[in-house]
Amino acid sequence: MAQTLSRYASSAAHRRGWKLWSMLVALLVLMPVSVIFLSWGSDQTEIWKHLIDTQLGRLLRNTAFLLVGVGAWTILLGVSLAWLVSICEFPGRRYLDWALMLPLAIPTYVVAFVALGLMSYSGPLQTLWRQWFGSGAWFPDIRSGTGVVFVMTTVLYPYVYMLARSAFLAQGRNLLDASRLLGVSPYRGFWRVALPMARPAIAAGTALALMEALADFGAVAIFNYDTFTTAIYKSWFGLFSLTAAAQLASLLLLFVALALYGEQRARGNVRLHQSQRRQAGDRYHLRGGKAWLASAYCSCVVLIAFLVPVAQLILWVWETAAADMNELYWRLINHTFTLGGLAAAITASLALLVAYQQKLENRHQLNTPERIATLGYALPGSVLAVGIMLAFAAVDAQIIAPLRDWLGLPPKQLLVGSLLALLLAYVIRFFSVSFGPIQSAFERIKPSYQEAAQTLGSSQWQVLRRIYIPLLTPGMFTALLLVFVDTMKEMPATLLLRPFGWDTLAVRIYEMTAEGEWERAALPALTLVIISIPPVIIMIRRSRGAEA
Amino acid sequence: MRLSLLRSPLALIFSLLLTAFLSGCDSNQGDSANATSKQPTITVYTSRNEHLVKPLFEQYTAETGVKIRYITDEAGPLIQRLKAEGEATPADMLITVDVGNLWLAASLDLFQPLQSPVLEANIPATLRDPENRWAGLSVRARTIAYATDRVEPAELSTYEALADSSWNGRLCLRTSKKVYNQSLVASMIQSLGQAKAEQVVQGWVENLATAPYSNDNAAMEAVLAGQCDVTIVNTYYYGRLKKANPAAKMALFWPNQADRGVHINVSGAGVTKYAKQPQEAQKFLEWLSSTEAQGQFAEINQEYPANPAVPASAEVRSWGDFKADALNVEAAGRLQGEAVKLMDRAGYF
Repeated sequence: MAQTLSRYASSAAHRRGWKLWSMLVALLVLMPVSVIFLSWGSDQTEIWKHLIDTQLGRLLRNTAFLLVGVGAWTILLGVSLAWLVSICEFPGRRYLDWALMLPLAIPTYVVAFVALGLMSYSGPLQTLWRQWFGSGAWFPDIRSGTGVVFVMTTVLYPYVYMLARSAFLAQGRNLLDASRLLGVSPYRGFWRVALPMARPAIAAGTALALMEALADFGAVAIFNYDTFTTAIYKSWFGLFSLTAAAQLASLLLLFVALALYGEQRARGNVRLHQSQRRQAGDRYHLRGGKAWLASAYCSCVVLIAFLVPVAQLILWVWETAAADMNELYWRLINHTFTLGGLAAAITASLALLVAYQQKLENRHQLNTPERIATLGYALPGSVLAVGIMLAFAAVDAQIIAPLRDWLGLPPKQLLVGSLLALLLAYVIRFFSVSFGPIQSAFERIKPSYQEAAQTLGSSQWQVLRRIYIPLLTPGMFTALLLVFVDTMKEMPATLLLRPFGWDTLAVRIYEMTAEGEWERAALPALTLVIISIPPVIIMIRRSRGAEA
Repeated sequence: MRLSLLRSPLALIFSLLLTAFLSGCDSNQGDSANATSKQPTITVYTSRNEHLVKPLFEQYTAETGVKIRYITDEAGPLIQRLKAEGEATPADMLITVDVGNLWLAASLDLFQPLQSPVLEANIPATLRDPENRWAGLSVRARTIAYATDRVEPAELSTYEALADSSWNGRLCLRTSKKVYNQSLVASMIQSLGQAKAEQVVQGWVENLATAPYSNDNAAMEAVLAGQCDVTIVNTYYYGRLKKANPAAKMALFWPNQADRGVHINVSGAGVTKYAKQPQEAQKFLEWLSSTEAQGQFAEINQEYPANPAVPASAEVRSWGDFKADALNVEAAGRLQGEAVKLMDRAGYF
């Protein structure tokens, strides 16, 4: 009895220990965020009045259109594709299963310039169209809200697809079989059983896609489609007020925080635990026309979202020749890999610790530190980068400089321009990317495992190592992959915070696109896509191994 | 609890973070070692593209032994970084494009005034800061490009005339968010006054064939494809287009030759206020303005040298001579905020 009591006590102490980590991540995120919120200390009425008078209404309408469009289409595509490849069997499924993830390897800004190159008025598609049907023939304008939604959907649906897919795979067939025994058709089974159970995963995926769309500046700038981020950049670069830009960014952040909170509330206290993993071979075998329709649908998505953009990139690389290809390229690739790997390892580890603490406390709602920790993704890259830079510059000036002075060292900044600053930027920005999959994996683990292990005398650390980590491996892999690939694609924070000489492929793409030389950007873009593909495939194979 | 914390993966994370931090320290120590060794290193922040400046950096290092390390980014973030770093900044020089950015850096007190007879001799006064905090290094004109198969040069006259209803549905423009257009409109405010300039911009908007494009190339492609007949571009974009496609049915027109002249803009540089190597940086800036460097600095991007003693490349000269707006380019920087607001009011986005 005494022993049990002491074990309970140590377990409680243990929980307090874990709590520190979510506080740590929250503090990291709070640093740039508070710099951004501090902007409200100064009066920017004139700029606000100008924005409201001239464009704020239009920008909000455009942003709403983008969010609704991207939200609806990513859910529609992501969930339907995930359902087909994880529950059904049809020709080519094994290949389409991973091929559908490939668009994740292409940065949004690259798809944007490829889409414009192909489909603008002067592009080959419209030129051909006019040759066939005359110069007055109607063609959908790609440089429109619909066009931006189209481009973003092709890049962002894999977030929903990936998370929904692992949720469907983890559900097991028992519940669906039970529902069918009770007379429910496969279609109703999907709506009544599978979909509600996959909801946390779908919500996490959609939230990522929407935050990405909301914070995007690269693609909307290429399309010259004005959204709320445009107002942020306009205040900064056009009206020379970083303060007003930060105020606008803080509103964006507030909106995201409320939306995430609302989603958590709406999800309520539903508890979802996985029963057994799906066995290989227990899929619904689609036959005849239905099977080919499923193949055609999935292939079409892969074609439009991945093969066509990559083919265009290859064509451009071919045309511009490999003149830009030299030994410098290996350095770029090396830097890109190193930064991606480091950022993925650190971010996913932190996400694991924070999600574990939430699980320990048996909470289904996020507490305040966790909510703060997941906000970084919603900030437009440059604004976040500047927030981090200002915060670090202040630390350099207020803490490190006096310290160095006291030690008799010459003034030198240690944080701004260091590798540490850049890695912290990645952690802050991509924490929620890795938190989503890990958290939804945790949510599907039954509390009884933990209870059984503890009854059998395992320490909390043993529970983590021997029960949680093996069960969490697919979620961990998703998290690592996402951060790895996202870091390699990240542009604004890398540009601003990288140490001297740490140029990456994304930096190279910026160099070329800055002056509209899209064809020359094709080589670094294609390289980035190619080196992002192996991690995508490895991850899928790993999750398949777990499934078999 | 203490033990379990130590054994946790966090120990690993911390050691990773520590290593990263130490490596940052290491490279910094390396820097100070460099600074004390014989050959100084100049640190440059540049928003002019790497492939446009790197050959010159390399040439300078080959000639003098002075090393140059640099970081590239857009002008806005770089200026903000300089400002945040204050006294601790490693940067000795800022190279940027467009007077708007040069003016902004100067107005934030990020440059130091230079006493340089060399710069004064090499660069005309209209292309320098009145207080000598920065100097222009290359010149580009922002002028009219038209489809030669659909437009007679006689139809064209001035920037203002593109607001006439005869151009309805025939004009393409790049977005007003690009600083080049902001400087152009700023120069119109300076010479025409606010009210007239706004009328002109409104006229442009009414004449647009399609929503503004995000870059000059796309606008020229639209002209070639027949979506519109004229656009306004920087000369070097036209140069690149002609180089890639010599048969393109497009030509440049020099507007406002009877009055103020064509709007010109510069790329330029200044020595930062807290430069660690101010003399070296100034020497490098002077070298960039010299006859030796100017030809390459301009030619590499098909621009006009800022140093009048150096002729433009044959290709650039083949576009014809023109009368340039004699207004000090600094004025365009100063009026940029006004120009942005004016274009917003006129519905030019």
